[in-house]
Amino acid sequence: MTPASARDLQKLGYDCVIEAGAGAAAGFSDQAYKDAGVDVVKTAAALYKAADIVAKVRPPSDAEVKRLREGQTLISFFYPAQNKALMEAANAKGATVIAMDMVPRISRAQKMDALSSMANIAGYRAVIEAGNNFGRFFTGQITAAGKVPPAKVLVVGAGVAGLAAIGTSTSLGAITYAFDVRPEVAEQVESMGAEFVFLDFEEEQQDGSATGGYAAVSSPEFAAAQLAKFREIAPDMDIVITTALIPGRDAPELWTKDMVDSMKPGSVIIDLAAERGGNCKLTVMDEKIVTDNGVTIIGYTDFPSRMAAQASTLYATNVRHMLTDLTPDKNGAPAHNMDDDVIRGATATHKGEITFPPPPPKVAAIAAAPKKEKPKELTAEEKKAQEVAAFKQQTRNQVTLLTVGAVLLLGVGLVAPASFMQHFIVFVLAVFVGFQVIWGVAHSLHTPLMAVTNAISSIIILGALTQIGSGSFLVIILAALAVFMTGINIFGGFLVTRRMLAMFQKS
Amino acid sequence: MEYGFTTAAYVVAAVLFILSLGGLSGQESAKRAVWYGIAGMALAIAATLFGPGAGLWLLSLVLIASGGIIGFQLATKVKMTQMPELVAAMHSLVGLAAVFVGFIAHFELGRVLAMDASGKAALEGFAALLAKKDIVEINILRVELFLGVFIGAVTFTGSVIAYGKLAGKVNTAANKLPGGHMLNAGAAVISVLALIWYFNTGGFFPLFIMTLAALFIGYHLIMGIGGADMPVVVSMLNSYSGWAAAAIGFSLGNDLLIVVGALVGSSGAILSYIMCKAMNRSFISVILGGFGGPSGEQMSVEGEQIAIDVDGVATLLNEADSVIIIPGYGMAVAQAQAAVAELTRKLRAKGKNVRFAIHPVAGRLPGHMNVLLAEAKVPYDIVMEMDEINEDFPTTDVAIVIGSNDIVNPAAQDDPNSPIAGMPVLECWKAKQVIVSKRGQGTGYSGIENPLFYKDNTRMFYGDAKASLDALLPKIE
Repeated sequence: MTPASARDLQKLGYDCVIEAGAGAAAGFSDQAYKDAGVDVVKTAAALYKAADIVAKVRPPSDAEVKRLREGQTLISFFYPAQNKALMEAANAKGATVIAMDMVPRISRAQKMDALSSMANIAGYRAVIEAGNNFGRFFTGQITAAGKVPPAKVLVVGAGVAGLAAIGTSTSLGAITYAFDVRPEVAEQVESMGAEFVFLDFEEEQQDGSATGGYAAVSSPEFAAAQLAKFREIAPDMDIVITTALIPGRDAPELWTKDMVDSMKPGSVIIDLAAERGGNCKLTVMDEKIVTDNGVTIIGYTDFPSRMAAQASTLYATNVRHMLTDLTPDKNGAPAHNMDDDVIRGATATHKGEITFPPPPPKVAAIAAAPKKEKPKELTAEEKKAQEVAAFKQQTRNQVTLLTVGAVLLLGVGLVAPASFMQHFIVFVLAVFVGFQVIWGVAHSLHTPLMAVTNAISSIIILGALTQIGSGSFLVIILAALAVFMTGINIFGGFLVTRRMLAMFQKS
Repeated sequence: MEYGFTTAAYVVAAVLFILSLGGLSGQESAKRAVWYGIAGMALAIAATLFGPGAGLWLLSLVLIASGGIIGFQLATKVKMTQMPELVAAMHSLVGLAAVFVGFIAHFELGRVLAMDASGKAALEGFAALLAKKDIVEINILRVELFLGVFIGAVTFTGSVIAYGKLAGKVNTAANKLPGGHMLNAGAAVISVLALIWYFNTGGFFPLFIMTLAALFIGYHLIMGIGGADMPVVVSMLNSYSGWAAAAIGFSLGNDLLIVVGALVGSSGAILSYIMCKAMNRSFISVILGGFGGPSGEQMSVEGEQIAIDVDGVATLLNEADSVIIIPGYGMAVAQAQAAVAELTRKLRAKGKNVRFAIHPVAGRLPGHMNVLLAEAKVPYDIVMEMDEINEDFPTTDVAIVIGSNDIVNPAAQDDPNSPIAGMPVLECWKAKQVIVSKRGQGTGYSGIENPLFYKDNTRMFYGDAKASLDALLPKIE
């Protein structure tokens, strides 16, 4: 909770309490909380007594679980799959546990997706950390003191952390490459300004949407192709940031010892998967090591904590959004709606029942990628055959049309008198000319075309003019009206067309 | 004057009219082309007035002049956003004139037939022409005349309703009387029966009955067609007014009328075809009105619409190098074209690549958006057609959608069950960022949810288009 989010929570009808000194590391003093209307309590134990909803970052310790009481809600990272005992303990106490790490990955829940928030920070910090340990500029420069080549950065795994790292390193000026087993993220990678490393690999690659947007295990052949590619580019890379994780498994080994050996001295590897064994086997968790050939490998796992102020702000906002969803009535009383996909997914225990694992969400996280139909590469012969067929088809159509038209014309000619046929020929030819001419009219001039055809269709005035002089009074009246109306049309139509056309200007 | 002279003048006029339509293939030649049209019309009228058969030419001139004054007023006063209404209103005049001319031809025919041989010899003008006809020709004349009146009457009421819908005086939703298309079919059957009756008797009554039926068809047909299909309707009515002129031309034996009628008729027909193709709908389905129901479960739209404020839009635009603006009917409604043009000028002055993407059915009239943008002095060489620009979206930083909806709906491509599936659309969602300027969260004309608004790279810029843009302009520096 930050002072700012506390104010928002109060708007939801909640009273806020905080443990003394909780915000110190992130730069929020107790006074700042007091100013925001938050009660500051001395100890964590007192806080557990005072609060109905406890929000924290790390999973609770055993002692903290004991402090939970019936009906109390705990919001934190919980990792229920790994912490079965802890979950059962919390359940025995009758508390509701909402695991921030279990928020389903659907669009609506993005605002409370703390994993993404933290991954974002980790990705950013990884680049900063790498820069700290890397002895050169990121950006290439040509200075009076010589030319500096730009740093080359490879980001393995284009998840949230990977994309954040790509964004940060490109904006620092490095040439960034990225790889992911899900080819559909290539577009995202390129949109962040990095180059996607494609494999020459012939296999139906998996569709990431089937696994909720996370990567799945790849086939041995694929893994081999991937390693070969890395081996090929490793000597060129100055900085490697690996972020590849598969949910519920150890991190896959992607950066082998021989790749590290082939890298230049001074290069840096940041292994964001260190917590799960690391993508590089040389990584030591929570430590920075330097290999014999001068490559620095960093296996820190606490990147978010290294940016405490940012992490707190984002996490506080995620928690606030979670509470907003929990309190639709804004009355300060949580309404735990188990029909809500997001709340259901994140809840580990509720009302004395263990509700983990949740059923799959009703809506797919990401729309399944439409099966791409491969445009068939046509051979030259096939193309030619197709063209010939199209030409034949066209000819057939035209000939058929012409024949039918001719037969119809002949039919008419058999019955109709010569005087009619004269006019009829004129008519048919005019239609033909019309069709030929109008296809050439520019799209942008369709409105002027309508106005001008409007004006010239007033040619019907000729009919009225020839009739006006002959016959009865009624005829004169009708003809006069017709002349008058078409007069409006002629002038109006042409003038408005001219007005419109005069407006079309070239830049 | 000699009859031959008139015919010669008609030939020249016909050539001028063809040149005038052909010249519309480019903006520059179009400016010349209008003069061809005007010259052709002047020549045709002059030749008719001086030619055989015209009487009362003083009265005619006065009428043309007074009609001309009204036309002049209309043409100079009309706002460019009202072009669709004006065009529709003008079609109705042509339709009505065709009905009148057809009636006159009928009266004259009756009068001439009633005369004996000596009376016929004394006739001049149109009546003299009629007197020369034998019985088969008279019958053909009747059919032509009947057709002319029929098409003219349909055009008249149809255009009046189209005008009302475009001007917002008639409810734009698709409305049908109970009975739907059966009523139209009934009226059509009545017309056919009237034709047979008229053919046999030559009386005025069946002609009158048919006129009423045709007026009803025109009214009911267009009432049943909704607002966004108006481009098709207006071009269709354009086509009808041409065919009406051609039919009357047959009955009067006037070749120029036939030629021009055929030109206009085919022009309108082609425009209708282009518009239908742009919506991926058959002409029949447009005429039968309304969008068909969805053919199956539609993809549900997941996610939320993310709003953006003026400052956000300004930042995006200031940072963008290439911008594509997609205007729609909403821009015309909000009268925002001047603000859009100002925005374009500012962005272009900063060296950004700004272009416009125009969907063929954007607006309520074919080419409506082009005219509006031209009025606001947007240079036409940055205004692109859909096919020209669709491939450029992936390399575009910001696409701005102003008042258009269905023409940028990705469901047309992604969702085979969508009512607009298969309709060609502007693929603006491929741009890095899409800004949608829209009044509220409602759906477009077709009532279909637009997944574009829920995409990750889409930001909704709510509010009246003109007000939003006016607020945005000072922030583009």
